[in-house]
Amino acid sequence: MEFALQKLPVLVLLIPMLSFLVLAFFGKRLPRGGDWFGTSLLFINLAISGFILIAFGVAGRYELNLEWFNLGNNNVLGLTKFFAGFQIDELTAIMLVVVNAISAFVHLFSIKYMEGDTKYTRYYAFLGLFTFSMLGLVLTNNILLMYVFWELVGLSSYLLIGFWYEKKAPQEAAKKAFLVNRIGDVGFFLGISVLFLTIGSLTFTDIFAGVAAGKLAGGTLTAAGLLLFCGAVGKSAQFPLHVWLPDAMEGPTPVSALIHAATMVAAGVYLVARIFVILSADALTVVTFIGIITAFISATIALTQNDIKKVLAYSTISQLGYMIMAIGVGAYSFGFFHLVTHAFFKACLFLTAGSVIYGMHHIQDIREMGGLRKKMPITFYTFLMATLAISGVPLTSGFLSKDAILSATLAFAGVNGGVTYIVPILAFGVAGLTAFYMFRLLIITFLGEPKNQEKYDHCHESPWQMTIPLISLAVLSFFGFFSLNPLSADHGWFLSMVKMPESILAGTKGAFYHILPLEEFTEHLHHAHTTAMILSLLISGIGILTAFVFYYWKKVNVDKLTDSIKPLYNFSLNKWYFDELYDKTAVAFTMSLSRLSSWFDAKVVDGVVNGSASFTRVFSKYTGLFDNIFVDGLVNLMGGLVGAFGLLFRKFQTGKIQTYIAFLVFGIIILYFVFRAM
Amino acid sequence: MEIGLNHYLVLGAVLFGLGLFAMISRRNAILVLMGIELILNAANINLVAFSRYCGLGVNGQVVSIFVIILAVAEAAVALGIVLNLYNNFASVDIDEANTMKD
Repeated sequence: MEFALQKLPVLVLLIPMLSFLVLAFFGKRLPRGGDWFGTSLLFINLAISGFILIAFGVAGRYELNLEWFNLGNNNVLGLTKFFAGFQIDELTAIMLVVVNAISAFVHLFSIKYMEGDTKYTRYYAFLGLFTFSMLGLVLTNNILLMYVFWELVGLSSYLLIGFWYEKKAPQEAAKKAFLVNRIGDVGFFLGISVLFLTIGSLTFTDIFAGVAAGKLAGGTLTAAGLLLFCGAVGKSAQFPLHVWLPDAMEGPTPVSALIHAATMVAAGVYLVARIFVILSADALTVVTFIGIITAFISATIALTQNDIKKVLAYSTISQLGYMIMAIGVGAYSFGFFHLVTHAFFKACLFLTAGSVIYGMHHIQDIREMGGLRKKMPITFYTFLMATLAISGVPLTSGFLSKDAILSATLAFAGVNGGVTYIVPILAFGVAGLTAFYMFRLLIITFLGEPKNQEKYDHCHESPWQMTIPLISLAVLSFFGFFSLNPLSADHGWFLSMVKMPESILAGTKGAFYHILPLEEFTEHLHHAHTTAMILSLLISGIGILTAFVFYYWKKVNVDKLTDSIKPLYNFSLNKWYFDELYDKTAVAFTMSLSRLSSWFDAKVVDGVVNGSASFTRVFSKYTGLFDNIFVDGLVNLMGGLVGAFGLLFRKFQTGKIQTYIAFLVFGIIILYFVFRAM
Repeated sequence: MEIGLNHYLVLGAVLFGLGLFAMISRRNAILVLMGIELILNAANINLVAFSRYCGLGVNGQVVSIFVIILAVAEAAVALGIVLNLYNNFASVDIDEANTMKD
């Protein structure tokens, strides 16, 4: 068991890297583009990570801290040695299994889905790179290394969103995702800097110890927490940086399932969970409200979307908001629990969507579907299972986690009172909306009459490579995998393993928020549990029922209804005009700024350069003239002079001695007269 | 009229002038040689005249004898050259012997 915790995590991290390297360099030479290689490696990895989880359950927490680099005689803030390593705690152990499981299923699913793509091998290589980065992110015990892996997942997400870069939309979406994430990451990095400057270490253990020792407190601590949270806002697509995730759906659907639904976007939630114990009351207030606002906004947008992947994307954002909010209100384990259950059923939803898109030959608009239940029974039942889970129907994993979160919001509002009652109200509202729009999606897609007969006739059930992941993920959405009690997960293995940690700042108060000591909070949770469960059942039931009334039995004319609330409907259909708002403000500002700098560059900088160039040209023209006329003239003059003298003196050189003698005589005569005159 | 030093010097100068003129103006190699002989003899007259009138004893005459001997040797060599010239150019015209000029 010791061995499993000491050596296997390194292996788990390196196997996807191996997959990436082999496929990137030799993939084209492998039979079938090497898909079997990546897929089988990932299933091996899943087995190993399962073993690590068991080993962790037996042996407990393990941390390996190695010297990262040594500055020798130099120092930064008095430090000469920097440490990094990995840690296996409950978050890491569970995340390893979740990431590997979904990655393995997505690998398997993609064999058919991506079949015949010209960049098939590259796709598998990128999947390996992503899995490597994501595993690194959850394994490391050092926040700076975490940031490095954080950026690596961002990179692989960028590569995979823009996988079909020949088309315009994926290019734009990839760019948008990358840039929007950058905004959050700047905050994240500043947060790391604050931690490093005040605490002087980058490992989580030291950071928590430092905060406990009071090295970082008050406003600075709140600021550090909020800056780190910025990273999570970007990566987990929280309001106001949520706009990239719906566009990211331009990537291949299995990628959406892996990266933009189950794992990468959960990295932000994972980060908030990691730093939960050092978040101050004010920071937690912000976290809570950002979470619930995100959940609410995206749930309302999801109501009216017609693209099957867009609905799922907004539902993802909404559920991520739920998780963030759950951690914000102090229900750390519940938030993380929801992350895990959501990862499975949302991956299942996306893969079923992929299966539908595959079966319908790349139709994504649900208005063209309908009646697919008969054609694609397996896809339908797995989709139904996942939809029940996300709607919070009992006997599913989603019910357990959602119910726990709702009870936590009730407990939170009960403790803090006043304005904070908004949180449970909106949370329950979102639960109802979620049930409604998910069943709307299900009914329009799978039930009723086919809308596009031609496509419907050609539609077929997907092959086994696709249905096996679907069935596996649907099965994993049952309650039994997390708790044997279908109504409460409190005594299941999951919540027994992921214990609520007590915040280091327990007992402190913020403006709206009172961080209770753990025991007191648990007490409140117990009281809220039954109320929450009944309320959530009621609200989900209403949501589901409304969906059936609207879209299945058609008792209400939906078109008329939408007409009567046209402004609201358009507001939702156009995603609250966030894209337009950002286009008008941030993008327009950036564009005008860059136009200004472009103008400055073109006119002023280039002007200076061109000016000096033309000045040099004119100047050199005149120096050229001076050189040609004056200097050359002088030299030529000398030459000409010497030539003329030569011509003159050549006359004397006749070669006849007699002439010479004659000159001699004349010379002597001249000399005679000269000397006589002297 | 008594014959004095000046008369000899004038005679020497006239001889010298004639010799020089012959040397410069004649194209015939023999005549040029003859001009040279005239110049040498003009010098001899001067030497003898100075030895007679300036109290130099026999020194001047001895030198003039040397010059005569030298002239003989010179005439022998020079005539040899002229003979060669004639062999090569079938003429004793010195203007013809300008092949080294070109």
